[in-house]
Amino acid sequence: MKYLSEYRDGRVARALVAEIKAAATRRWVLMEVCGGQTHTIVKQGLDEMLGDVIEMVHGPGCPVCVTPLEQIDKALALAARPDVIFTSFGDMLRVPGSDCDLQQIRARGGAVRIVYSPLDALELARKTPDKQVVFFAVGFETTAPANAMAVWRAKELGVDNFSVLVSHVTVPPAMTALLAAPDNRVQGFLAAGHVCTVMGWTEYEPIAAKYKVPIVVTGFEPLDILEGMLLAVRQLEEGRHEVENQYVRSVRRDGNQPAQDLVSRVFELVDRSWRGIGPIPRSGLGLREEFAAFDAEKRFDLAGIHTTEPAECRAGDVLRGVLKPFDCPAFGKACTPEHPLGAPMVSSEGACAAYYNYGRFRSAV
Amino acid sequence: MCLGIPGKIVAMHDTQGLPMGVVDFGGVRREVCLAYVADEVKLGDYAIVHVGFAISKVDEAEAQRTFAVLREMSQLDELEWMKELAP
Repeated sequence: MKYLSEYRDGRVARALVAEIKAAATRRWVLMEVCGGQTHTIVKQGLDEMLGDVIEMVHGPGCPVCVTPLEQIDKALALAARPDVIFTSFGDMLRVPGSDCDLQQIRARGGAVRIVYSPLDALELARKTPDKQVVFFAVGFETTAPANAMAVWRAKELGVDNFSVLVSHVTVPPAMTALLAAPDNRVQGFLAAGHVCTVMGWTEYEPIAAKYKVPIVVTGFEPLDILEGMLLAVRQLEEGRHEVENQYVRSVRRDGNQPAQDLVSRVFELVDRSWRGIGPIPRSGLGLREEFAAFDAEKRFDLAGIHTTEPAECRAGDVLRGVLKPFDCPAFGKACTPEHPLGAPMVSSEGACAAYYNYGRFRSAV
Repeated sequence: MCLGIPGKIVAMHDTQGLPMGVVDFGGVRREVCLAYVADEVKLGDYAIVHVGFAISKVDEAEAQRTFAVLREMSQLDELEWMKELAP
């Protein structure tokens, strides 16, 4: 496929690996904050190829993984209601809540439907006026414009039986929280190319300046990631800490303005709790007051659902980069993709599942 | 989650005031919302599509330039190998 296969060329990859090794005089710690990149890095073994010069730490880059348990429990409560058709992206179905997951609710007769696009959920609501259709609006800035449009259109077209359970998170506050932590080891970032396609990169400039870390906006194919690593390593070696754009074919400095405009008309910044990490101020999006009628948390009585997260899953340490998945006592034993303890083992983009699926049971370095 | 796939815009239309289109992903076609790229795309352009929404027009010149740079790097590398292997 055009614009995909070119970026998977093995010969070019080997050349880039050699270039990175030639550029590095020491071992640097880089973090990617995108589950898609995590998946590619582990699947292709990019981190192992470069293990002597780069330690890759897999940050909280998977929205599925960081959705708080309490929001999952609210989704489960909604999906179990006989008057509700609960719609979601497919990767949320197996995320464990306190007692079960959405797939089990479906097996017990709950109406749970996977949709490709939030507009499909809206269309379902229009076609089934006798049911309440709830969409699980999760994701980073990449997904926010799509979810904002579904809510905007629901209001515009008067689709009163549609609502959203929102658990949106934004990347820069999480990066800042990681960098501000006393045990931070991360020296440079690969920023997520599609988040920046929507948002641009200006909000990363103060982070790079304040914490003196290079931030390279990076794409998703193996060659994109290797080039992003090369740019980050060159900056570190030269003592620079700038925002650089590797993913030029999609990302512009100011991002996608029409998308940002609709997101800020529908959503506002709110405090959010990240599963495994805890609350981060102004790190999420919630519906503005004008759209409160489409907020599933207000339409249905969910106020009684309060969940505390179990201590046995050490996902938070993995997401903060202080623990490798294979160093968790539960990894591959009490916790597997078939019986996950925490979300990073469920989603194919979670660091634990990536390590498990590609046979990473111990350190290669 | 933030998966975005490049595809070619093969049809454009309006659905109740919303700019929509059909995008071809290597043979698989799907209805896509073009509202966020409506001002910059035309038929035949490539766009990055995420959960049914085009979020950017692929800059073809940049895509080709990036790949040319990468390709050149690997050819230089091959020249090095050839030199090493030369008797």
